[in-house]
Amino acid sequence: MNFDGLFSNFGELTTTGLTQGSIYALVALGYTLVYGVLRLINFAHSEVFIAGAFAAIWTWNGFGLDQNSQVSGVGSIMFYLLVAMIVAAIASAGTATVIERVAYRPLRKRNAPPLAFLITAIGASIAISEAFGVYTRRLPEGAPILVGTKPLFHIAGVPIDGVQLLTIGAALVMMIALDLFINRSRTGRGIRAVAQDANTAALMGVNKDRIILMVFIAGGAMAGVAGLLYDVRIQTLTYSVGFLLGLKAFTAAVLGGIGNLRGALLGGLLLGVIENYASGLFGTQWKDFAAFAVLVVLLMFRPTGLLGESLGRARA
Amino acid sequence: MTTTVNGPSPEQREAFTTRLRHGREAISERWHHAPRWVRWALLAAVIVFFYALPNKEFYQYLGPIPTPGANFTQVLFTVSIYVLMAVGLNIVVGFAGLLDLGYFGFFAVGAYTVAVLTSPSSDIKTLWPWLVVVPIAIALTMVSGVMLGTPTLRLRGDYLALVTLGFAEMIRIAAVSSEFLKGQRGFNQIPHPPGQYADGRPVFGVLDARPYYWLVLTLIILVVIGVRNLTHSRVGRAWISIREDEDAAQLMGVPTFKFKLWAFAAGAAIAGLAGALFAGKQNFVNSQNFELLNSIIILAAVIFGGSGNIVGAIVGGGLVAYMIERFRGIELFGIELYEFRFLFFGVVLVVMMIFRPQGLIPNRRRAAEFKDRRKEVTVGE
Amino acid sequence: MRQKLTRVLGGVAMLALVAGGAACSSGGDDAASGGDKCGNKIAFFGALTGSSAALGINENNGVKLAVDKYNKENADCKVELVELDSQGSPDQAPQLAQKAIDDPKILGIVGPAYSGESEAAGPLFHEAGLVAITASATRPSLAEQGWKTFFRVVGNDLSQGPAAGTYIKNVMKADRVFVIDDQSAYGAGLADEVKKILGPAVVGTDKVQGEGKQVEFSAVVTKVKAANVKAIFYGGYYQEAGLIRKQLTAAGVTAPLVAGDGVNDPAYITSAGAAAAEGTILTCPCQPATEARGTFVEEFKALNGTDPGTYSDTAYDAANILLAGIKAGKTTREGLLEFVKGYSGEGVAASYKFVEGGELDPAQVKIWAYKVQGGKVVPDQEIPKA
Repeated sequence: MNFDGLFSNFGELTTTGLTQGSIYALVALGYTLVYGVLRLINFAHSEVFIAGAFAAIWTWNGFGLDQNSQVSGVGSIMFYLLVAMIVAAIASAGTATVIERVAYRPLRKRNAPPLAFLITAIGASIAISEAFGVYTRRLPEGAPILVGTKPLFHIAGVPIDGVQLLTIGAALVMMIALDLFINRSRTGRGIRAVAQDANTAALMGVNKDRIILMVFIAGGAMAGVAGLLYDVRIQTLTYSVGFLLGLKAFTAAVLGGIGNLRGALLGGLLLGVIENYASGLFGTQWKDFAAFAVLVVLLMFRPTGLLGESLGRARA
Repeated sequence: MTTTVNGPSPEQREAFTTRLRHGREAISERWHHAPRWVRWALLAAVIVFFYALPNKEFYQYLGPIPTPGANFTQVLFTVSIYVLMAVGLNIVVGFAGLLDLGYFGFFAVGAYTVAVLTSPSSDIKTLWPWLVVVPIAIALTMVSGVMLGTPTLRLRGDYLALVTLGFAEMIRIAAVSSEFLKGQRGFNQIPHPPGQYADGRPVFGVLDARPYYWLVLTLIILVVIGVRNLTHSRVGRAWISIREDEDAAQLMGVPTFKFKLWAFAAGAAIAGLAGALFAGKQNFVNSQNFELLNSIIILAAVIFGGSGNIVGAIVGGGLVAYMIERFRGIELFGIELYEFRFLFFGVVLVVMMIFRPQGLIPNRRRAAEFKDRRKEVTVGE
Repeated sequence: MRQKLTRVLGGVAMLALVAGGAACSSGGDDAASGGDKCGNKIAFFGALTGSSAALGINENNGVKLAVDKYNKENADCKVELVELDSQGSPDQAPQLAQKAIDDPKILGIVGPAYSGESEAAGPLFHEAGLVAITASATRPSLAEQGWKTFFRVVGNDLSQGPAAGTYIKNVMKADRVFVIDDQSAYGAGLADEVKKILGPAVVGTDKVQGEGKQVEFSAVVTKVKAANVKAIFYGGYYQEAGLIRKQLTAAGVTAPLVAGDGVNDPAYITSAGAAAAEGTILTCPCQPATEARGTFVEEFKALNGTDPGTYSDTAYDAANILLAGIKAGKTTREGLLEFVKGYSGEGVAASYKFVEGGELDPAQVKIWAYKVQGGKVVPDQEIPKA
């Protein structure tokens, strides 16, 4: 154990952990939304994220930007980020919709047991990920450097750069928007109703299929934005990275309390930080080990997470 | 099967599946009504066929069955290991209804136990012979099964799946990263099983994979007989009651936790045996042997074949492992199909769950459960 | 029902007979022609698909060129190339090795490309007496297992690692170095040798996950940044190296990255980005193409449409050693094995002569340092033996 490695870099490990954690949190929202409404772990959500991440890179490629391009000027950077974000959100939401229509809805119609959903989700996940793998010839695709990583300012001696600011900021904004959508809008009320008691909600005139589709679209859009932020941060994308990231996002969702939107944020940030501390303490090779250990210990001792499971129950 | 088709469905595919079902039921009916000796004779013929299969003199006449891209005997060995594991996982998933997504972790424990205790590149340099280590490997995997099961088996369904998956990943990372397990450098010169021909050549050599295959095949038959007896006993009935309704089983006085733990340990032991066999054949074990995808493949194979049914699990495990290899070396329109094997695999899983969630050769009771669920009314659909 | 079943069974039987007949006739063909002068084959063994395919494809292209040239010169007596795609995985190695052994026309193998699969396939080649020349498996222990068929045309980790260390110490004169490896047999092997040479100059170490399993290196970057080093050594392959370099540069670390031949690939520059990759030092037991005899680079490009990558040239040389044997009439496995054992000659990348265990004669091993400049890998200097 290397306590020096942990404490001497404590500040930076925290900020980079929070940045990575924001991405986990955005993806975790998708798991949490679907679980809250359907009691289903949408294993294929990791590929929803990958679809968005690829869509963003290909959008930039469409503008003639590749991994060697440097973009200057705040206006054009904002433009590229916004366009890619919209495309990524649409691509991810579209993928989520397709998964729901092709894979899950037929099973719901047949009232299939949870096992069938899980296997279908795994199948869909493998199929989509492999499709990207074949298409990209399993090679990494590079993203342009849009946001510089020069330190903008320091907090208690820890430098904060543009990417970190953008990632954490965008994640927070998206999350507040989603929270408002669920808690204030008409559709949001429908979602909460279905989450609480699907059959009663249906009897009250809520269109269950439409609500479920909305949930997949909202979760997908969040994952798409996460994909974009991932591209900006890592600047390289390989088809196979979704699985692990999805698993960690799911861990984050469970950590905060699956089905609980604010829990997803808390869980994501916590997991990102825990992972980084573990890297500092034991070495980077144990990073994923730490994440899984958190998942296992958590499920064993407090499966309802830190803030408790709730989408319908809280503030219904 | 004497089931009648329930209620006409507006969907067109229903008609098609009904026709299929009739055909299958006719075969199944004939099988169950055939005289005892016919069934035994057929079973014997199937077993003889599989013992004969790895001989080139035999399989070269089988047309498209042998794999074009790899040595068929060696592929058969891989397939047989998958079948053995499918039989083991079927106990956990099929009988006790426990969703285990980290089954390959136990395989790793078995293989690494053999590697650490026999290989000259191991740190402890015990250099024991293979045969001595096999029971140790099985015992150790059983213990690890109990160790994993005790805290986790309180969880149900998806959560259990994720915990087991997490554990398997932790085992893999530990194998990659710990000095003791050598990571990707691995353990070499793991001894083969003992035995010599009359002329002094070892039975279990390097070039001839047939003895290994025959060994695994024999063990599969023994394990299947054992598992079959187990399921027809009190233990088996307890497992099925847990699978169908755990709370009800508990209320009726079944010590559910104990039996779940038993299922986990039994499944783990079989995976440990498979790992030990693999290490003895392969001669070399490193961290690349235990990818997460393998756990998923083996679970999917059991579900695909028909979880809860031993024959189903065997067919599923065999077919999935074989098909993945069969894709190798086939080119279609200038594209190597091998590249698409997992894409295809994923699509098959989705389609399968929609149209035939009970698997190719389903367990009768299990299939009835599926049918019951479909009849339940859901609101708003 | 019964009628239908009979018809189906009949159809299957017919099909089986036809296919069986075909298989039989081709099988007979094989057996009859063993030891012939013509129609011989050599095989390439390595990853052609999967996450570690890039090196395998480089090598296979080199072998292709060698076979192509041979067949142009010997149009009346051609040699066929068989590709065995192992995906770099040790579990698939035995069945492919045996596939090669089954075909009596296959006289020699170029490969296996990685050390892990070599461990699994080596015993089979040894038993079958099928010569296998690897162009890239550099793990030292491979030569120590008594396999009489094992040869390698590159120096092992024990020759390259110290050279990289020497370069960092004597040429770069870096007194603070951070060493990272990917825990692979290759990467950790190199990193260990580098650490031995540098001793106290190594101020920090870390390990990451290889094989595309890790993409986010912020924790490593933080450590490197805090250690304030003059150079960073990475033991591993180009995929992670590119990401690490990119993330290091993004975090403002300007110390150059030094890595082994596993990173010496155009794909490294693609994934790091040309700007971040600038100044990276890559060591390789291979000589620069400009020093290579003949017109290898142009011919390679004409045939494969790409520039030769890492190990393309060594694989080309390995194939040429086998082809020279076949040309000399050694068209049995025993004959070719003896030929390779006694071989001595010049290739594109180096001069070759094998010593006990199949290791390349240490006197022939030359380690070169390359530098990334303007988005291209250019030769820097030969590293003198320490």
